[in-house]
This record gives sequence, C-alpha cells and structure tokens, in this order.
Amino acid sequence: MRSVSVDLNNDASLLIDIPDALCERDKVKFTVHTKTTLSTFQKPEFSVPRQHEDFIWLHDTLVETEDYAGLIIPPAPPKPDFESPREKMHKLGEGEATMTKEEYAKMKQELEAEYLAVFKKTVQVHEIFLQRLSSHPMLSKDRNFQIFLEYDQDLSVRRKNAKEMFGGFFKNMVKSADEVLISGIKEVDDFFEQEKTFLLDYYSKIKDSTAKAEKMTRSHKNIADDYIHISATLNSISADDSTKVEGRVASDQELKLTELLRYYMRDIQAAKDLLYRRARALADYENSNKALDKARLKSKDIPQAEEHQQQCLHKFDKLSESGKRELTGFKGRRVVAFRKNLIEMAELEIKHAKVSNIMTGSHAERYSYFGTWSGDIYFN
Amino acid sequence: MAASSDRNPPPFPSSEEPEAGLSDMADGDSDEGEDIFVNNSNPVAVSRGVSQPDGVNEEPPDLFSEEEASNPITKSNGVHSDDDNDLFAEAHVELSTDKSGNSSGKDLSSVSGPRTTSSFNQSPASMQPTSLEQLEEEEAKDSFDVDVAVTNPEKVGDGMNAYMAYKVSTRSSLPMFRSKTFSVRRRFSDFLGLYEKLSVKQSLHGCIVPPPPEKSVVGMTKVKVGMDDPSSVEFVERRRAALERYIQRVVSHPSLLQDPDVREFLERDDLPRAVNTQALSGAGFLKMINKASDAVNKMTIKMNESDTWFEDKFQEVENEEQQLRKLHALVDSLVNHRKELCGNTAVFAKSMAMLGNSEDNTALSRALSQLAEVEDKMEQLHQEQAASDFFIFAELLADYIRLLGAVRGCFDQRMRAWQRWQEAQSTLQKKREAEAKLLWANKPEKLQQAKEEITEWEARVTQYERDFDRIGMTVRKEVLRFEKEKAKDFKSQIIKYLEAMLQSQQRLIKFWEAFLPEAKAIA
Repeated sequence: MRSVSVDLNNDASLLIDIPDALCERDKVKFTVHTKTTLSTFQKPEFSVPRQHEDFIWLHDTLVETEDYAGLIIPPAPPKPDFESPREKMHKLGEGEATMTKEEYAKMKQELEAEYLAVFKKTVQVHEIFLQRLSSHPMLSKDRNFQIFLEYDQDLSVRRKNAKEMFGGFFKNMVKSADEVLISGIKEVDDFFEQEKTFLLDYYSKIKDSTAKAEKMTRSHKNIADDYIHISATLNSISADDSTKVEGRVASDQELKLTELLRYYMRDIQAAKDLLYRRARALADYENSNKALDKARLKSKDIPQAEEHQQQCLHKFDKLSESGKRELTGFKGRRVVAFRKNLIEMAELEIKHAKVSNIMTGSHAERYSYFGTWSGDIYFN
Repeated sequence: MAASSDRNPPPFPSSEEPEAGLSDMADGDSDEGEDIFVNNSNPVAVSRGVSQPDGVNEEPPDLFSEEEASNPITKSNGVHSDDDNDLFAEAHVELSTDKSGNSSGKDLSSVSGPRTTSSFNQSPASMQPTSLEQLEEEEAKDSFDVDVAVTNPEKVGDGMNAYMAYKVSTRSSLPMFRSKTFSVRRRFSDFLGLYEKLSVKQSLHGCIVPPPPEKSVVGMTKVKVGMDDPSSVEFVERRRAALERYIQRVVSHPSLLQDPDVREFLERDDLPRAVNTQALSGAGFLKMINKASDAVNKMTIKMNESDTWFEDKFQEVENEEQQLRKLHALVDSLVNHRKELCGNTAVFAKSMAMLGNSEDNTALSRALSQLAEVEDKMEQLHQEQAASDFFIFAELLADYIRLLGAVRGCFDQRMRAWQRWQEAQSTLQKKREAEAKLLWANKPEKLQQAKEEITEWEARVTQYERDFDRIGMTVRKEVLRFEKEKAKDFKSQIIKYLEAMLQSQQRLIKFWEAFLPEAKAIA
C-alpha cells in the first residue's frame, strides 16, 4: 500500500519491502526483505527481522552524519501506537455483560478491523522510510543503511553504542532552536529566502490541518460505532450494512487524507531541518569571517583562520547546492503525492457512496413491500 | 413479540348483553353509549347494513377487498418546510371512506352523530361470528376524512408571560364539523388540557389516549426571553412537529374523534385556558403512569386471567418499551456524534482553505481550495443527516416510548375496573350476610333497608362486571389498532429515513465527482 508517497520502489537495483510483521504485545517485529543486483551486498536476496528502535537508530545515524547535512533526511517512522484499539478492547471486555452476543461480536469485529488498520499503517510507514532511502542517490549507499538491511544479527548492541557516541545531542538542538535560528539569519539567496518563508508557513498550516483531519475521522468512527449498537438493537439489515460502509469510509479517509497530511507534516519538518543545518553553516561561515578579520587585525594565526573560513564557505556552498536540489525535488514529490492521494481519496469516496447508495435503495424498496401486519420485524 | 396469530379470541359477550348494556348506558350517561357504539358502528354498519342482519356478507368486495389507504400518517416534521399554500400536502390521516352499496340501506357513508346510535344497536348482536380476524378487518375499515396540521408558531406577548401560539388547521368533510376547513390558534397548554380532559373520561377507559409532548422549562424559557439562536429555533420546530403528530394521532382514533372535547379543541375560537397541567410537566406523564402501575402491582388479590392474552400482551409491551428506550439512547448518541462531525468538518474545511492559500503550486492550491469547499458541502450534508436522524428517527422512538406508556395505562385501567368489580362483589357478599343476620334478628325496617342495599349492590356488581368486560374488549381492540398503526408508522418513517439517506448519498457522489477532475488537474 504505497499510498502516501510516490512509487518509490522503482529502481530494480535495490528493492525493499516489508512483506509481513508480527505483533507481540507492545513490540512489532518487521520482516525487511531486500532484493538487489548491487555487488555491495553479499546476497542477491535476503530478509532480516527488525524492530522499530532499529529504524530510529538508522534515522538518527543518518541525521548525525556530516556528509548528509545538505540532504533532507526522510522523517523517522512514528512508533507503532496500538493505544486506541487496545483501550477500546479493554472497555469492550468490561462491557461484555451488558451487550447482546451479536452486538459484542460486531464490536469485536470492528475493533479487530481497527487493530488491523493501525497495523497496516505502521508497516506502511516503516516501509516507506526504507524506500525513500533506497531511492535516494546518496543515502542508498550509506554503510549503516546496508548494515540495517543485511546484518542478520540483532542490532541492539550497535544501537547502544551509537547512543553513547552521539548522545542525541544534535537532534535535541535541532528540535529546540531551529525556528529561532532559521528566522534570525539574514538570507543571501532568494531561493532560500522564499523556501524558508514558505516552509515555515506551510508547516504550521499543515500541522493544523492534520489535527483537524484526525478529529474529523474520529467523529466518523464514533458514528460507525453508534450504528453497530443501533443495528444490534434494531436487528435490521440496512443499519447493518451502513455500519460497514460508515466504518470503511472512516478508515479510508484515515488512510488517505489524514496520513497524507501527517506524512508531509513530518517531511516538511525534515526539510526545515535541512534549512536549519544550512543556516547553522551560514552562521559558522559568518563567524569564521569575523574570526578571520580579527586574526588579520591581530596579525595572528591568519592562515588557520583563512583555512577555516574557506572550509566553512565550502561547507555552506555544498549545503546550499545540495539543499536547493533537495528542496526542488521535494516540491515536485509533494505535489505528485498530493495529486495521487487526492485522486484516490475522491475515487474511494465515490465508490463507497455508490455502493451504500445501492444498498440503501434496495433496503428502502424491500421495506416498502413489507405488509402492515407486524412491526415485529424490527424487534427481536 | 408473539405473532398475532397466537392470540385467542376473547370470550365474546352473549348476544343480549350489548342491548341491555346499551340501555343501561343510555340511562346512566348517554355520552358513553354514544362514544362506544358509534365507534363500533362506523366501520361495521357501513357495509353490513342496519336492517339486514343477513346482509353481513352482502358487499364482500367493499368490506374485504378494499385496499388499506395508501398514506399512513406521514409527518411533516421540520425536515421539509411547511408550505402555507398546500397545508395538507404532507399531513394526512386515513383517506378513503367506505361507500356502501346497500340499495335499501340508509346513506351510511355519512357517519356518526347521535341519531345513528339507536339504529345500530343491533349490530353487535348481528356480528355473531366475530372472530379476532374480523375484528382486525373492521379496524382496517376505519376511515376518516380529517386532516389536521399544526403550523405557524408565533410568539405572543413578552417576557416571562410570553407563549407560543400555533395555528391548528383542520380540513374535513365530516358533517359533525361546522365547516369544511377552519383553523384556530392554540397554545401548548391547550394541547395538554385536551389530554387532561380525555384521560379522565370514564367512557374512554381502555382506550389508548395519545400522550402529548413533554413540557420543557429550559426550552421555553429561552424562547420567552427572546433568544433567536438556532437551538431555540430547533426547539420550537421540534415542539410544533410533536404537537402535530399528537393531534393527528388523536383525530385518527375513532372514539376520540367523536369526543366533544376534541371537536371543541379543533373548532372553538376561544378556548378556556387549561389550568391543571402541572402534573404533566417534564417527565410527568410517564411518572403518572408509573405511579398508577405501582398501585396496581401492590394489589393483594391477583387477577385470575381466564385467557393469557392480557398477561402476554402486557409483558410484550413492557419489553418493547425497554428496547425502545435503549434504542432511543443510541440514536441520541448518533445525533450528537453527527453534530460533532459537522463541527469538525467545518473546522477542517477552513484549515484546508488556509493550506490551499499557503500552497505555492497553483494547481495544487486550487485543488486544495476545492477540497475545502467539498468538505464544507459535506458539513451541510452531515447537518441535514443529523436533522433526519433526529426528527425522523429519534422523535419516532420518543413518541412510541410515551405511547407504550399509555398502553400500559390502559391495562392498568382494566385492572382497576376488575378491582372495583371484586370489591363490589365482596361488599355485596357482606350485605347478604348482614341480611341473613337480620332475618334471624327479625327487625323489619332494617331488613327492608338491607334488601334495598342488596338490590343496589347487585346492580353495581352487574354494572362493574360489564364495565370490566367492556374495558377488556376495548383494550383488545385498541391494542390491535395500536400495533397496526405502529407498524405503519415505523415502516413509513424508516422508509423516509432511508430515502433521506439516499438523497444525501447521491449528493455526496456528485460533490466528489465534481472534485475528481480538479485533483487530476494537479501538475
């Protein structure tokens, strides 16, 4: 279900997917399956089990890598969250005594569907993360990425080492200071000036939309649940089917629209991170200029200062160049993804509405033929 | 619920009884006799003919093949706006009138009126093989030409003494009314007053008198104070619709339609204000019923039912009331969630519009704005669906919960009638014992008195027994009629609900189909 981003798994030289996953209590174990023609790998096809924490490790190491400072690092997949269906399952268990057998069975079915939907969603999100990496010219060659795909042992040892090494320092800094820094720096390049303005504004809007979309789909779910209870009490066919349709509409909208918004919210954050890194490089460059001036004044350590300045400039230029490339690519990617998702969402809405329309129509017809002999059909 | 075929026919009173009963009634209270037997005679005599007891099957096509009127009670309940020009487009009670083809009979299609009572006193007797099926078919022949609508709520007065006046319009070709179309202005307490009057009438005991909508202090206070917000508007509309259904149910009831109080309510320009409506405030109606039930339950002498029909039916009614309450709570929850969805969708639409504005790709920006508009339209759809949920579904359930309470009330009335009879019997017994004692004591004046008392109580016992039987019959008939009406009502409302859903779905399809090319146009 590559619904959120564009078709990523195009390059036959490195194909990745997550064909299945296991859910054990809190932990989800993904099976990462790779098919490759590249000689850098030991085998042409292989699978490894991975946990969510392994994905996070991979993401963090990429972020911390200097060389990738000019790239948009694909956002890390969010932690699998079974809180909502789990809580509902719990409540259902408590309320079992008050429901009819039928109602209970239906609620259970709905919950299992919800569980499954969350499950599918988390698999998809983890899969897309890997596919973004594999389709990126630079990131796909990353050594840690390769280890992630290939290493058939448990990665937890490596993960611990990495934590000790980086301590999450860089990550934390980015999270807290980026807004200030990005808006504070005087921009020399029109392109980046525009991008900055756009991304900051867009981010806040898309964050807002994501939250509202989530609320909306939650309301849809509530209505679906209501219909289950009603149909159980009413024991009437039309209410039954509309349950399924309402429920399905809710979960489809969830997958399409909300996920789209949520994903791009995170992606834009990643783009903002890039801007931040570049802004920091610019700050470093400006500082190095000041240092060089100072050194010239004092006539001390001039060559070091000059070299340092050159390095900073070089780094900044490199970042700017790759940043521009990345951001332009990102724009295109975003537009295409939105297009694809909006089309699919509209088509699904139409399809489901047509189906439920037919069903409602046939029920209305059937009801109009029922004789006036009894209202007993409604109550069993 | 048991199917109707399980019921045993009631032990039918012997043939001479109705006559005697009628003359008794005529002596005591002519109103009663008129009410009961005119009701009976309407459907029966129209085709069976008065002077021809053997003419029972003379017009089989008329009696048995004529189809039930097509329009059940449809409610114009706020979902469609009232069109003053055709007030009755949507409010209909039973339409067809039986036309008797009796050549020698009187013009029986002009129904009712006191003068017809005496001529029909043969009819119950001639109804000899009246099985339950025939009773049912008679019910099917109930046909009235009365349309009532409640419209134009208008605020009268100011401040806390203000009230809403509603226009009650009647259209009828029945001769008992002074004209064919007329209207009056009534306020809520008038409707309550009507119920009050009807519910205490002895003659209507055993009848299911439709209960009025409930009072609401909060709702009315807001209206009085003059708030024009949507919830006040909704409150007034809800009340208007409920009052309309109430009065429609009243006039579609054969006995009630004949009642002078009902006629007065519909016709009289200036109705004296009803004052005793406190008992009917808030949940007062059901409280009243429940209190009565409790009194009955506390009866020490348990009734020995010769046939289990009454017990079974009562149980059914109680179960059904439970189910409906549960369902009503669920539908309430549905309405609330849908209203929430409305709010969330509106908010989301705005957010989408903002996002569309931020978007720098023109085509995508336009598509997002379009999406925002679609979501706006969805919000409207949800709003309408919520109204449909409420006015069609939830109110239907609420009405029937109250109606089932009224049905329970009838059963209680029958029990009380039985109680009265039993008590009279035991009093009679005591009197007889007293007489016996006096015989031995040889006191002639006291003996005479005792004999007189015995005669009095014998008459009472007979009277109460007849009352009891009569109420039993009425209850049976009423319950049958009620079940028919209920089935029709539910069917028509559910169809209405489904149709509203259908329309809403079709519009949904249109909206998304219009959006699709916009999404495809993104480049």
